[in-house]
Amino acid sequence: MPFKIISAQCTSCSACESLCPNVAISEKAGSFIIEAKRCTECIGYFDEPQCAAVCPVEGTCVIDTSLPRYQGPI
Amino acid sequence: MNAVAEPRKNVMAAEAGGKMRVIADYKGGRSSSSSSKRSCESRAAQGDLPSGIWDKIKNHPCYSEEAHHHYARMHVAVAPACNIQCNYCNRKYDCANESRPGVVSEKLTPEQAARKVAAVATSIPRLSVLGIAGPGDSMANPKKTFKTFELVATVAPDIKLCLSTNGLDLPDHVDTISRCKIDHVTITINMIDPEIGARIYPWIFFNHRRYTGIEAARILTNRQLQGLEMLTNRGILCKINSVMIPGINDQHLVEVNRAVKSRGAFLHNIMPLISAPEHGTAFGLNGQRGPTAQELKALQDACEGQINMMRHCRQCRADAIGLLGDDRRAEFTTEKIMAMDVEYDLKARRAYHAKVEDEREAQIAARQEELAKIAGEMDEIRLLAAVATKGSGLINEHFGHAKEFQIYELSTLGVKFVGHRRVDLYCQGGYAENDRLASIIRAINDCHAVFVAKIGSCPKLNLTNAGIEPVEKHAHEFIEKAAIAWFRSYLDRVKSGEIQHVQRGDAAIRQGPLISAA
Ligand code: SF4
Ligand code: SF4
Ligand code: SF4
Repeated sequence: MPFKIISAQCTSCSACESLCPNVAISEKAGSFIIEAKRCTECIGYFDEPQCAAVCPVEGTCVIDTSLPRYQGPI
Repeated sequence: MNAVAEPRKNVMAAEAGGKMRVIADYKGGRSSSSSSKRSCESRAAQGDLPSGIWDKIKNHPCYSEEAHHHYARMHVAVAPACNIQCNYCNRKYDCANESRPGVVSEKLTPEQAARKVAAVATSIPRLSVLGIAGPGDSMANPKKTFKTFELVATVAPDIKLCLSTNGLDLPDHVDTISRCKIDHVTITINMIDPEIGARIYPWIFFNHRRYTGIEAARILTNRQLQGLEMLTNRGILCKINSVMIPGINDQHLVEVNRAVKSRGAFLHNIMPLISAPEHGTAFGLNGQRGPTAQELKALQDACEGQINMMRHCRQCRADAIGLLGDDRRAEFTTEKIMAMDVEYDLKARRAYHAKVEDEREAQIAARQEELAKIAGEMDEIRLLAAVATKGSGLINEHFGHAKEFQIYELSTLGVKFVGHRRVDLYCQGGYAENDRLASIIRAINDCHAVFVAKIGSCPKLNLTNAGIEPVEKHAHEFIEKAAIAWFRSYLDRVKSGEIQHVQRGDAAIRQGPLISAA
């Protein structure tokens, strides 16, 4: 289950962008988005998902439960 | 190496003597009033400050109280990311008419920022300083921050560079700060006791993880103090900002003051908490109040003597531009600066600054002259006066147009700047004239007099009824000279029994939406 950004809450502060180890985060039309395919939930890199840990607005970088869990490198 | 270490040594030496002063100072002025005129004039502004430091700050509106009448600064908002959360900050909220640190309407790329600096410096020749202060934390955005400084140093080489930071990432960037020739850094330090810190900072993001509670505050304070020491060891001037939060860190800031002074900070700026509920900050929402004007002044006074206290801070937003209460941010939107034809004229700017220096000297000379007349007189009376001004150290603003009042403390020792009070209510339309007047009176309620260039008969009457004397007769004179002259006449009137001296009450620090100011 990759992370996603609730765009209505995003302040576009860009804090998450440079921290993502998979370069999954980019800016689109004034808000930041996560490319689900690239997100590994930070597994294998850090103990905590970086985007959620740095985001100043609680509940903005959240798990997208509609997608399957990240399986690790194949 | 020696050359960089030198200023720090001077600070220590001056502090050891217990008399370092940045802010234009009546004591320094008084003792030198008999020596040769010109040297005494510049000495009066410099105080006992070592020349190396004075050269760095004399044109800096945020660091020298006296310079802020004459020079302008600008901030560029290139650093939106932050690595900590403060309970007095809500980075979600931005209203076009509102102004707080941490808030900005337009974020710029480093290239846009450099262009903006050149455009502003050309239109406002008084501009002397560029600061990067967020809207997040400048050191949480090191690439954007340093790229901007680099570009500005190329297009506008005479502009001084400074930055503000919460200090968490500061130790990692000290070398780059020194390489970029940034000679002023402001660190916001609200505590040195992690237990108190835990009540101010819900979390920090450090080493790829989020820390909370006392652990977070401990890391933060260690990193802040380490960064401060590293900077002062390299001869980089450090100012400390502290937010005064009644019931949380108000008493503790005296200890903070001692701690930062012992690590070489040269100026301490204690600011009132801004916590209106509509700002949506944690403090605003849980009803944490800000200090009153007298509480703030008492704390600043308690810390004075330890270190220079800064009193003219206006807690400007991260994209403020201009001088005094006159924010000109709206003239320089990205759209407008991109369309502007900018030709950076270094020579014209230098000539303009020479003129500004003449202005300053005339003002200092006028004050010296008036001070000489009061010399030797002793009286217990000490009172506050408000001044309507739009800069250049003159009483040159109409009462009804003033967006802020500068507050001076008058005594037989002389005249001392102690702060400013904002009074505009731009965000809320539909205020009746009387409500507005009442709010102005609340803001300067601790003052005995208000100096103006002009005032209507109705507000005049209301002020007089409230016990504040409106003074029009010194219109367009230098503030300090006029204030001393009025104070002398006040003492005479008290002596002759014409009036009775009574203490004034407290005043309110405005908590509503703020209009940006220098
Ligand atoms: S959870 Fe990690 S990998 Fe996924 S978007 Fe956030 S920072 Fe990138
Ligand atoms: S950290 Fe949060 S608020 Fe900032 S850009 Fe990323 S998602 Fe948006
Ligand atoms: S450091 Fe500045 S931007 Fe970051 S949360 Fe605190 S006040 Fe806001």
